[in-house]
Amino acid sequence: MKHEETIISGFGGQGALFAGQLLAYAGIAETLYVTWIPSYGPEMRGGTANCTVILSEEEIGAPIIQNPTAAIVLNLPSMEKYEPLVKPGGLLIVNQSLIPVESTRQDIRVITIPATDIATELGNPRMANLVLLGAFIQATGLISMESLESELGKHISERHRKWLEPNKEALHKGAEFA
Amino acid sequence: MAKELLKGNVAFAEAAVRYGLEAYFGYPITPQSEALEHLSGRMVELGRVFLQAESEVAAVNMVYGAASAGVRVMTSTSGPGFALMAEGLSYIAGSEVPAVFVNMMRGGPGLGNIQPSQADYFFMTKTAGHGDFHPLVLAPASIQELIDMMGLAFELAEKYRTLVYIAGDGSLGQMMESAELPPMQPLREKRPDWAVIGCEGRDPNIITSLYLGAKNLEAVNIRLQKKLAEIKQNETRWKEYETEDAEILLVAYGTVGRICTSVVRESRKQGLKIGLLRPQTLWPFPDTRIRELAAQVKAILVSEMSAGQMLEDVERTAQGQCPVKFYGRLGGVVPLTDEILSETRKLVREVA
Repeated sequence: MKHEETIISGFGGQGALFAGQLLAYAGIAETLYVTWIPSYGPEMRGGTANCTVILSEEEIGAPIIQNPTAAIVLNLPSMEKYEPLVKPGGLLIVNQSLIPVESTRQDIRVITIPATDIATELGNPRMANLVLLGAFIQATGLISMESLESELGKHISERHRKWLEPNKEALHKGAEFA
Repeated sequence: MAKELLKGNVAFAEAAVRYGLEAYFGYPITPQSEALEHLSGRMVELGRVFLQAESEVAAVNMVYGAASAGVRVMTSTSGPGFALMAEGLSYIAGSEVPAVFVNMMRGGPGLGNIQPSQADYFFMTKTAGHGDFHPLVLAPASIQELIDMMGLAFELAEKYRTLVYIAGDGSLGQMMESAELPPMQPLREKRPDWAVIGCEGRDPNIITSLYLGAKNLEAVNIRLQKKLAEIKQNETRWKEYETEDAEILLVAYGTVGRICTSVVRESRKQGLKIGLLRPQTLWPFPDTRIRELAAQVKAILVSEMSAGQMLEDVERTAQGQCPVKFYGRLGGVVPLTDEILSETRKLVREVA
């Protein structure tokens, strides 16, 4: 049965929340049950932002979790916080460009990607979130790349529409690492 | 209608629009402000009334006024704002006009914080306001249920001419979930016959909560109590999960209620006979069913995001037939599946 509890975490502005929403939209397109919940509170610029996304074939109970089955970490504080929490047998996807440490976990799958560097080469470092998301769906098989691309087309904001194709490329580049 | 990804605050606001909301008066407060943001555009676009009042005190009295004119009306807020509305709530209850209030509870007391909480249970169910009355309190646990309960809230408010509260919490307001909105319904064409809308050619309707003379007011109160008894009889709602053979019963509502469905799932995998009763109405409270289950199970565990408020209703209802234990988190902390599961296991060992 498909069931994945994922935490996506980074600095504010790195697109952790958007990547989570995109995953949620694609989940709905594939008729899965979906919850998306952000950490919210009095935040400051440059502070951390994270969300928990659950996609499942069965109705979702707890939308807030302690130990995710997967974590996508965009910066060092997120790595320090979530690396120890991933469930044994789970998945950790690391933005190597901004995280100069290696995971010591032997009981989970770790995928390390220079995501910010790849995104910069594609024209905008802020697409690192989708590089990592591409690796995530390739590694889990949770949803198809087609659903993700199609939902990206629907939900990318008008002012970022010129970045649609580079974002799709970012997804594919990431998928190559998984 | 297809399933969409909807944020709780936007979902209930849009559901209200589609269920024929005619007027909204409110004042922004986190964690429910997205509702005002949504309605400020949507209501105006549809030619309906949206007004951001100067305070919650003003907003509740605008709601009172619109309700007296038979307008389908609501507001939404969070704890500190709801507290400011207390005077108006009592006037609305005394005047017997229908009005719907959403409270996305946050950590208290005082300004507290903006994290999810269930610590307004006493305030919401045991009458926020002076005098003898109970509002009807609905407690959704998912965004779909929140949407569905908006329709139910208007229906019940108008059927009984009573106050209906929706008891949500910050996480329900802030989370996004797959859910389906209802189709757009037409606005009501006719005002109720008790509404004060001008009385040319007929006797005036009077809406008041002022009854000088003790005998008069006692008669009004007796009638109100009769109505509350009828609501209790007809409108008590709850959901049960795996209670048939349960030896331990969990009782939890709203966000904690849905977390407890995960607890039941996990504990069943481990061979523990755990069931859950999730009240969908906090007033009226599912007394009769909990009393029955209290006779069946070895113990009850109540879990809330409070220091134990619904706990008192469960204790009252269980009538000492089995031990009633409590696990809660305070100040905006959400109890997680593993924590409640470990409390449940502890209880299993205690009563073995």
